[in-house]
Amino acid sequence: MQNNATRDLLVGTFVLIGLGALGYLSLQIGGLEFGQTDRILLRATFDDIGGLSVRAPVRIAGVKIGQVSAIDLDDDLRAQVSLEVESDVGLSVDSSAAIRTAGLLGDQFISVELGAEDEVLGEGEEFAFTESALSIDKLVGRLVHDAGVSD
Amino acid sequence: MRGLVQDLGAASMSLVEGLGRVAVFGGAIARCLVQPPTRFGFFVRALYDAGVLSVALIALSGFTVGMVLGLQLYTTLTRFGAEEGLGAVVGLSLVRELGPVVCGLLVTGRAGSAVTAEIGSMKATEQLDGLRMMAIDPVHFVAMPRALALTVAMPLLNALFIVFAIAGAYVIGVSNQGLDGGVYLAGLEGAVRFADDVGQSLLKSLVFGVLLGLISTYKGHACSPDAAGVARATTSTVVTASVAILLSDYVITALWGV
Repeated sequence: MQNNATRDLLVGTFVLIGLGALGYLSLQIGGLEFGQTDRILLRATFDDIGGLSVRAPVRIAGVKIGQVSAIDLDDDLRAQVSLEVESDVGLSVDSSAAIRTAGLLGDQFISVELGAEDEVLGEGEEFAFTESALSIDKLVGRLVHDAGVSD
Repeated sequence: MRGLVQDLGAASMSLVEGLGRVAVFGGAIARCLVQPPTRFGFFVRALYDAGVLSVALIALSGFTVGMVLGLQLYTTLTRFGAEEGLGAVVGLSLVRELGPVVCGLLVTGRAGSAVTAEIGSMKATEQLDGLRMMAIDPVHFVAMPRALALTVAMPLLNALFIVFAIAGAYVIGVSNQGLDGGVYLAGLEGAVRFADDVGQSLLKSLVFGVLLGLISTYKGHACSPDAAGVARATTSTVVTASVAILLSDYVITALWGV
């Protein structure tokens, strides 16, 4: 048995390392956030969101800038997706939002293509142009159908 | 026939009696927690035994479990062209289930058994009676710091286990098999949520810590005061605590909702 000071030091180190691991799991891996980072809420309406789910990432050029916060039906029964986006990104008003898939079978995310206008989207505004999810079974269905017709 | 029913009745009675004793013992520990003195020195020593000395085992086991997960899942996922899912699968399985359960079982074997053996041999050599003679409550003096230390150590060791396992899967998946490191970590961070996954992991390890602390100190106090009794009590701690951990894991998972 070491003397008390060494033992106390080791116990203190153990607690610190354990808390550090907990912090890493919570903050980095678990995505826990304290306080409100500067985010604005944007909306986009799609004909078909495919398998898009809440918390799916929003990306520009592959870089994550936010996430899907809610998915609802609007009055015309189209899918209305709410996006939380970092407010300092500055998306021009003619930007378009498209639902894309990471890899062939990967998760779906929203890819934002920047427009040319100088004016930027503000809190609660809606994307003017959207592109729905590409559904593989629809594509296959059309392929099979077309192949049947050409025979 | 009558004898069988009698046996059943006696077994049920002794089961309920045993549970009642554990509950009373748990109540005594809880009362000791708020009663002065705090026995902080004993707590630190028990935390050293239960926590610091378990770090090497937990780190090594975590790393190995992560490496195995990385290797198994990577080769399976590659068959479906979905190796970018490695981070998500490794993260969710570790944080939700493997981390708390494997860590709980390891700490049971490494530290819980030692606590029972120590308290049991203190009882066998009449040290607990000696404490009572000096008007010192053995639950307050011996059991409470150790039970508290196991409860505190478990979530910390669990977090360490998971972090080492994530690193182990990284080493295999990224360095060895050639998956992109960013893809692995992005999949991990995208899949694991604090409220659902990390919170559940913490709750589980905390419950396992309480169960292990209670069972290991109770078995030590209740053991019959001879060498064979200490051996039986130690075995019984490992068996009971392991079963309790696995059962409560299922209950917590079911109540939490997957």
